[in-house]
Amino acid sequence: MIFLWAFLVGGAICVLGQLMFDVLKLTPAHTMATLVVIGAIVDGFDLYEPLVKFAGAGASVPITSFGNALVHGALTELHNQGWIGVISGIFKVTSAGISAAIIFSFLAALVIRPKG
Amino acid sequence: MAVDQIMNGKEGLGSVSGVGGHDGCWRSILKEERALASKGSISQASSGSGKGAAANRYQKMSMSPKEYQTFAKGKEPPRSVFGNCVKAFLIGGAICCFGQVIMELFMHLMNMTPEQASNPTVAVLILLSVILTSLGVYDKLAQFAGAGSAVPVTGFANSMCSAALEHRSEGLVLGVGGNMFKLAGAVIVYGTVAAFFVGIAHLILGTGGQ
Repeated sequence: MIFLWAFLVGGAICVLGQLMFDVLKLTPAHTMATLVVIGAIVDGFDLYEPLVKFAGAGASVPITSFGNALVHGALTELHNQGWIGVISGIFKVTSAGISAAIIFSFLAALVIRPKG
Repeated sequence: MAVDQIMNGKEGLGSVSGVGGHDGCWRSILKEERALASKGSISQASSGSGKGAAANRYQKMSMSPKEYQTFAKGKEPPRSVFGNCVKAFLIGGAICCFGQVIMELFMHLMNMTPEQASNPTVAVLILLSVILTSLGVYDKLAQFAGAGSAVPVTGFANSMCSAALEHRSEGLVLGVGGNMFKLAGAVIVYGTVAAFFVGIAHLILGTGGQ
């Protein structure tokens, strides 16, 4: 059942992005930035975590979960360490995604011959 | 070179004021000028009025930015919003569903909780995305799926990897290092700023995080 919800919720978030492309005529960078900010704000109201529980990867794979993870790290550290946690905690949860993207992209650039 | 061009230009203008032009364009201006002269609106076909006619002609050819935008919109291939949304939904949903499969594998094979499993899942998806981008497959998928392949975390990795590959020829430090975040940087900057303000809001409201 979780697979169905992952498909539906993930697809719905992608449709939201597609509508920003086609209807609002935003560039991909604008669309992504907007979606991340939406994810951050939604988690600010504590509503993203229930969505992840409900839809699994359908909510944690789209880029909105990146905003959610940033806020989540900040709030968790805010809880644990006080006000300095807002700064120190932001990248705590997202580290895996960003590090993996940097490392794999760099290795790809080392190995792959550029075309043209 | 520039002097040459200026000289040629002068010659061209000279030919307008003369009997015949070398260029078809200039010749047609000359004809127009003659027609106007015969109507009596221009009494003398001097070289000065020839320049004026040329200026008029070129003003017709160029458009104001607004006119150009409406013109370009008319020539744009029609976008089917509904069709694009269906494609984005199917591909985006499929990627998320695939992510769920990986997550279940981590949870069952390595006894992870859903929270623990989400990080390795994202890493695996990013690895696959980087491989597909390097092979040139992901860009083809992106052309078909639009936001369906851009919105999942795989699209984030694709934007970083394609920027890294594209600027590889400029060197490893300035090219790859400097340009990797060209597209993905916007996502990280806005995400971080938004997270900071949400954190500050929670600090001020005294909810104290969770």
